[in-house]
Amino acid sequence: MNDMQPDQIVGEYVEHTLNFYDGSSRKILVTEIETEFPKGCLIVSRTDTSGVITHCNESFVKMSGYAREELIDQPHSILRHPDIPPAAFADLWNTLEKGEKWNGYVKNLRKDGGYYWVYVTAIPNIRNSVTQGYTSVRREPSRKKVEECIKLYPTMF
Amino acid sequence: MTYQLAISPDFKPELISDWFIFNTWFQRQWGQGVHLELHQGFDEQHQALNDKKIDIIYANPYDMSRLVREEGFIAIAKPFQKPDEAVIASHIDSGIQSLDQLTAPLTIAQADSPDVNTIGMIMIEPADIDPADIIVKGAPSYVSVAKQLINGDAQIGFFLAEAFNELSRLVKKQLQPVISSQIHMIHHALLLSPNCSEHINTVREILLSMHQDARGNEILKGLGIEYWEPMEQEDAEFMVDLMDTLIT
Ligand SMILES: Cc1cc2nc3c(=O)[nH]c(=O)nc-3n(C[C@H](O)[C@H](O)[C@H](O)COP(=O)(O)O)c2cc1C
Repeated sequence: MNDMQPDQIVGEYVEHTLNFYDGSSRKILVTEIETEFPKGCLIVSRTDTSGVITHCNESFVKMSGYAREELIDQPHSILRHPDIPPAAFADLWNTLEKGEKWNGYVKNLRKDGGYYWVYVTAIPNIRNSVTQGYTSVRREPSRKKVEECIKLYPTMF
Repeated sequence: MTYQLAISPDFKPELISDWFIFNTWFQRQWGQGVHLELHQGFDEQHQALNDKKIDIIYANPYDMSRLVREEGFIAIAKPFQKPDEAVIASHIDSGIQSLDQLTAPLTIAQADSPDVNTIGMIMIEPADIDPADIIVKGAPSYVSVAKQLINGDAQIGFFLAEAFNELSRLVKKQLQPVISSQIHMIHHALLLSPNCSEHINTVREILLSMHQDARGNEILKGLGIEYWEPMEQEDAEFMVDLMDTLIT
């Protein structure tokens, strides 16, 4: 994945380096600007079995700040925010690989360095007993739960 | 052999005769006998499914999981750009104009439409009302959901957006929308039972070209459908996955 570039960022930013599960890394630029969840919408994406984005809906594209072409065929970790502990994603993958549904609160990173909170439900797409990929549906999170996560997540690193 | 056609029981009551007209047209095109059975509610329709008495169904998205994954139904067509969206509304004097004004205990009026009610429940989640503090009042129709709001018997009501928009002016004047869904991906669909699998192509062709037939087009207009779009089995499987993420 490409490193984030200062000319794409809105507002003051801090630089971080993310190390991904596959051994690669990415320089990201992160601001404190939150984008509100679009009322009444669902943010939907599908991935292949390795977590590469194959489909996404309009709300997904809009909230990410990227163009659709910049998202399709990219790993889902293009949205990874440094405030979410790797243990959360390890749990997501363990759960999905068992063929089960995963729920959780996630802070996602936008192309412009800002973020948005979502409540995620991800499930395996099982066809004729074989997992073909995964679907993730994000809805507006309870603010109370988000506040709890803001306290909890820093303790999980 | 006479095939059994079923319509999701959340159809608009005004459209009963339009569905009968649809059935008459459809069986003539198909050259097979089709009996339209209008079930009184989802329980009755589920019983008919148990008894294997449904061959063709215009199904609610909520039932798609059972139809596709358990009963082996095959997706044929969906109405063009006719998603099921929900509106949550309150009485104009209730002081509830946005979700953050909801307080426990919360009384909700809802009709018998499982997909709309699922979407409604999801939309109120951010308000953080403990499920134990939610009282749901069933209503036989959307008009009666509106009446419960007007009479102060419920604080909010769940409506199919189309039904909310079609409430009479007098009723609508007394209500206000609190939030509307914009999901675009949840919709009714026409499915065939595995008994009819040899007819898939014929039925699909009849429906997909229905709007090109003068009479067919008129019937579609009556049903509020512009035309039928093809629906692949994977589209149905995807909607089952989507609904599955919403039902927890
Ligand atoms: C269906 C699906 C949806 C996902 N959605 C997100 C997401 O919204 N944000 C995110 O950071 N990771 C998401 N992930 C997890 C990423 O694949 C990845 O595990 C995570 O970003 C951490 O990166 P890493 O596993 O390379 O360390 C999703 C995975 C799947 C299978």
